[in-house]
Amino acid sequence: MRGTLKHLAIGAAFVAASMSMASAAELSIMSFGGAYQEAQRKAYFETYTAKTGTKIIEQEYGGEIAKIKAQIEAGGTTLDVVDVDAPTLQQGCDEGLYEILDWSKIGPQEDWIPGTSSDCGVGTIVYATVLAYDTEKLANGPTTIADLFDTAKFPGKRGLWKNPMSNLEFALLADGVPAAEVYATLSTPEGLDRAFAKLDTIKKDAVWWEAGAQPPQLLASGEVVMTTVWNGRIANANKEGKKFAIVWDNQLLDTDYWVIPKGAKNLDLAYDFIAHTADPKVMAGISNYITYGPVRKAAAEFINPEMLDKLPTAPANMTKAMTIDYGFWGDNGEEIRKRFTTWLAQ
Amino acid sequence: MSSLAEPAHRSLRAQTFRAALPDRLIALGLVLPALLFLVVTFIAPIGALLMKSVDNAEPAAVLVETLPAIGAWDGVGLPPEPVFAALAADLKAAQKNRTAAGLGKRLNYELPGMRSKILSAARAVSKIETPPAGGWTEAITGIDPVWKDTQTWSVLQRNASPVTAHYLLNSLDLTRGPDGAIAAVPESEAIFLTILGRTLFIAAVVTLGTLVLGYPLAYAAAIAPPAVAATLMLFVLLPLWTSLLVRTTAWVVLLQSNGVINDFMMRLGFTSEPVQLIFTRFGTLAAMIHIQLPFTVLPIYSVMRQIPQTQLRAARSLGAGPLSAFWRIYAPQTIPGVSAGCLITFILSLGYYLTPALVGGATDQMMSNFISDFINRDLNWGLASALGTVLLLTTLALYAVYVRVLGADRIRLG
Repeated sequence: MRGTLKHLAIGAAFVAASMSMASAAELSIMSFGGAYQEAQRKAYFETYTAKTGTKIIEQEYGGEIAKIKAQIEAGGTTLDVVDVDAPTLQQGCDEGLYEILDWSKIGPQEDWIPGTSSDCGVGTIVYATVLAYDTEKLANGPTTIADLFDTAKFPGKRGLWKNPMSNLEFALLADGVPAAEVYATLSTPEGLDRAFAKLDTIKKDAVWWEAGAQPPQLLASGEVVMTTVWNGRIANANKEGKKFAIVWDNQLLDTDYWVIPKGAKNLDLAYDFIAHTADPKVMAGISNYITYGPVRKAAAEFINPEMLDKLPTAPANMTKAMTIDYGFWGDNGEEIRKRFTTWLAQ
Repeated sequence: MSSLAEPAHRSLRAQTFRAALPDRLIALGLVLPALLFLVVTFIAPIGALLMKSVDNAEPAAVLVETLPAIGAWDGVGLPPEPVFAALAADLKAAQKNRTAAGLGKRLNYELPGMRSKILSAARAVSKIETPPAGGWTEAITGIDPVWKDTQTWSVLQRNASPVTAHYLLNSLDLTRGPDGAIAAVPESEAIFLTILGRTLFIAAVVTLGTLVLGYPLAYAAAIAPPAVAATLMLFVLLPLWTSLLVRTTAWVVLLQSNGVINDFMMRLGFTSEPVQLIFTRFGTLAAMIHIQLPFTVLPIYSVMRQIPQTQLRAARSLGAGPLSAFWRIYAPQTIPGVSAGCLITFILSLGYYLTPALVGGATDQMMSNFISDFINRDLNWGLASALGTVLLLTTLALYAVYVRVLGADRIRLG
């Protein structure tokens, strides 16, 4: 009898130990897939596994915050760290889907570029929504955002993100509104009408894309003469031999963040991983694999000089850059999106 | 006699029942897994969907004190001071628990701009430690003019109920005006009835298309020698074994501007410029008809197989012309299969999502595309559920009409 108990105890201890080992050695991370996650794998995941031995279980999604919400509502998430874009950061933070971060476990918050850190999210990279075209099909391509709307000079279809965000900004910028006044203008009914009126001029020439991988394909297949696109996707298509060019004029800057879903099982490990990627050298490393820039001031000096001029944050590219205002979209997104959807469907 | 026979009769019945009981239990046991499966995977989710479309949990969860307090307000002028005090207490708690944004988002559906108004009010109220000298009414109305507006308060008041008709009204392009009366939404926001009409139209055209293409095909297969029929049916079935995504992507390759069809037409000189085929209604319909074809053909084929060919010959020998014989003798007997095939295709087409998203343009998106947007991107699950409910009820209503016109016994799969 005593022997049996002893065996049981040893067995239980063994099971407990192996369970805790299993949970301590694995971290579940979800990101946007494609070229971006590939870059994260090389710069973040592999270096973290090499340093700590922790195995990273990768998942992919298309930014559907519903996946996170559904898991949390169903009583427990299998995710530990998720890469989200700025609107998703705000939505999830509003809904209480993320852990409120303890920045002392991550790094000095003041070292992040203003607007790239919050209670819920740690900024990782800055990317841009830009205009791009194929130089093999269009020798004298567009040079300004106004050319996107100039169907006389550049006849043909245009790829646009199926989202009012970015399109309304581009419309006003092309219509001559200075970058600093874009959101003030959009806040007025007349300004909103003006943006939609400008979009009306290219509505029949628009091809709407939804996933980040679509616009390079649209360009490659010749379906469109130019398209708005996330800059990293263009650089990666060029790596595969394409000759796409980016118009940096009036690029719209945007940030991606790490968040920890509420109730994450490996909370400490999640913090440890985020702290690892927030290390200036590691953070700058991702620019070697995709043309997105780091968001920590301290990371600037570690950026590979060869990549520097291809990043949205390169001084030459920044002259007319504008940052997307998520406060504005948080307040007005609902209404504008409804109008945009109705406008699209008409 | 009867008084004697009655108990015996009853006991006989009881005995039969008892004797049959094990069999019945076994039968029930055999059905039970399927029944449970249905409940878990079908009935419960639909119930949850219906619940979600009227669920109004957010206001009650955050405005714990305000909602009971505002119940007695008569809707004229501003509510009394205790209501403001209750709101202050609720907003303080919301700020502490970080639930203010959730409430703001919910109220934003009915009063655009409320999200930031609630957030800023919660922040401002939390900074006021003790009850202000001028009372909470003055303090809160001072934060933003929205709190002086009776409309704000009547929206709060009508959200005291744990259920709301807001989402269902919204899914029918209706809304509640400031006075609570139901009115149409502004034209620039009216969209869902158009989408519903478009969804029904596309489904109807796809059904018709599959019938026109599928009926002769099924007939050819039904009268062909077995070997030829088997080959024909293999070609019908083959696409069914390929994933929907793969088939849709194949259509993208065919239809795109530099795609197979345009290349072919330009080489033959039919057109000098590529014709826009992808991202159009034509592309959507073509792809959907192709995908749905087997669903229409199979029931028709299996019904046709059971109609003896000799009947046609008999009709001819009695003097009917070939068309007349076919139309008056053969075709009426295929109606059960035609109904079943068309019904399956029509109902499946109502729920299409992937094909319009990939092959269609902005004006070809169907109900499911919008449901998916509201679920995934906007996190407005209430509206998504309401749209789902509308689609479900429309489908059921159409089914009821269909059965009524045709009779349930005239729908057969073979």
